[in-house]
Amino acid sequence: MFGLHYNLERNAIGLVLAIVVVAGIGGFIEIAPLFTIDETVEQDADMRVYTPLEVAGRNIYIREGCYACHSQMIRTLRDDVDRYGPYSLAVESQYDHPMLWGSKRTGPDLARVGDKYSDAWNTAHLNNPRDLVPESKMPAYRWLLRNELKTEDLGLHLAALRKVGVPYTDEMIANASIDAYAQANPDTNDAPALAERYGDATHIRMFDGDGARLTEMDALVAYLQVLGKMTDAAYQPDLPEAQ
Amino acid sequence: MALSERDKVSGHMTTGHEWNGIKELNTPVPRVVYIFLISATIFSVTWTILMPSWPGINDYFRGLLGADQQAEVRQSVAEGVAERSSWTDAIVDEDFTTIRADPSLMQTVRETGKMLFAENCAACHGAEGLGNPGFPNIIQAPTMWGDDPATIMETIRVGINSAHDETRYGQMLAFGRDQMLPLSDVDRVVTYVQTLSDPAIATADNAEDIGEGATIFADNCAACHGETGTGMQETGAPNLTDQYWIYGGDRSSIRHTVYYGRQGLMPTWEGRLTPAYIKLLALYVADLRTAAK
Repeated sequence: MFGLHYNLERNAIGLVLAIVVVAGIGGFIEIAPLFTIDETVEQDADMRVYTPLEVAGRNIYIREGCYACHSQMIRTLRDDVDRYGPYSLAVESQYDHPMLWGSKRTGPDLARVGDKYSDAWNTAHLNNPRDLVPESKMPAYRWLLRNELKTEDLGLHLAALRKVGVPYTDEMIANASIDAYAQANPDTNDAPALAERYGDATHIRMFDGDGARLTEMDALVAYLQVLGKMTDAAYQPDLPEAQ
Repeated sequence: MALSERDKVSGHMTTGHEWNGIKELNTPVPRVVYIFLISATIFSVTWTILMPSWPGINDYFRGLLGADQQAEVRQSVAEGVAERSSWTDAIVDEDFTTIRADPSLMQTVRETGKMLFAENCAACHGAEGLGNPGFPNIIQAPTMWGDDPATIMETIRVGINSAHDETRYGQMLAFGRDQMLPLSDVDRVVTYVQTLSDPAIATADNAEDIGEGATIFADNCAACHGETGTGMQETGAPNLTDQYWIYGGDRSSIRHTVYYGRQGLMPTWEGRLTPAYIKLLALYVADLRTAAK
């Protein structure tokens, strides 16, 4: 058997083919679990999709590199479950493209941080964490309150997400920019239509405490406040896997 | 390519390459490497048979050992709950007075409460519970909804202005922005409110303003804050006569509060924390309040 390898090394074409075969085995083993992904992701018909404002917040979360210090996955370990709540299920990241599970926790896990703290706390804390937690080493993201949110391309973001399987409707995509404004301004006439499109559980309020401007802070806080709130699947331990 | 030959000194074959008379040895790979490689391969294949692994057409191979991380963590969490039941049962079943009279139970409350407080409450109220701008001091300041552990427990359970159906509801109206008071009256009542906690504010110059401010206060503010401004636990309106301020006690902060109103939010902890933990936190806070007096 090892004599075969000795001879193979002396045959350039044969060696290249053998490398392709061996590397192919490795690739196959990485890809193969995806063949049965429909069977391993739990089914939840009530799974919500991110609103345009939450998508914008998620993009800011990625832009600012929050994932470098915060994971979004509660692992199947007793310590994790005791501290953060029920372990994360695959279905909870079903519409996350890309997923933001992370593997590094300089700060705490954020998978269930939605509704844990108030909007005012999130806004003040993102603006300067040390105003509230003196020993915090999290950077201050002061520009989030200053920067107006860019909304005109949100429809395109939704359309792109639909391409990879998030069930956005044409209506959602067409109204993305209006919906983003409406979600942070509860008094506008567009708010009821937003709630109708995305469900009554949608948070519609002034996330950064200022209704006059739609800032990046509005978007990021709106996103943080739905983490772990898109489905209650994790609170039903014996949810059937699809079959 | 020169022919390979056996090296006389080491006894190994050479590769047949030669540089100025120096020939490259073709030393065989040590046997231990082969042994390791073969045993690692056997181990991995065996492991895929024991553990969930190979994908099939409609399902995947579950492994002979039937390992399931979700079932394992559910069991280990249940074990933790069972271990803690020795004291969580007592926390849930006994009344507040009995627990506070039990030194060993209070020892548990202080140790566990410290961790729970740090993980859940300290973000807003501070590590010592002494408050932050916008978030009240819950250890030293008079409580807004009531001082006894049962009331504190209810506040933790339902929250204030929270998403809970039974939430406590408290709102400071925007007297200025919503034009309930003209701007001049806002300024007068702010001056009066300042005198409640700091009588030194009152001078001969502003005596008239303060007098009118008192009337405005009686007409607009006393319904929630009480006639003397000491707060009312039924409405959750804070005491204005002490040195503790949620949003700041300087003139511009008070004016901001009167003009724009306030509606602080305390989240509900029901569902996130178990009833035993909520009660334990109420005991912990009540204990710290007693110690601070």
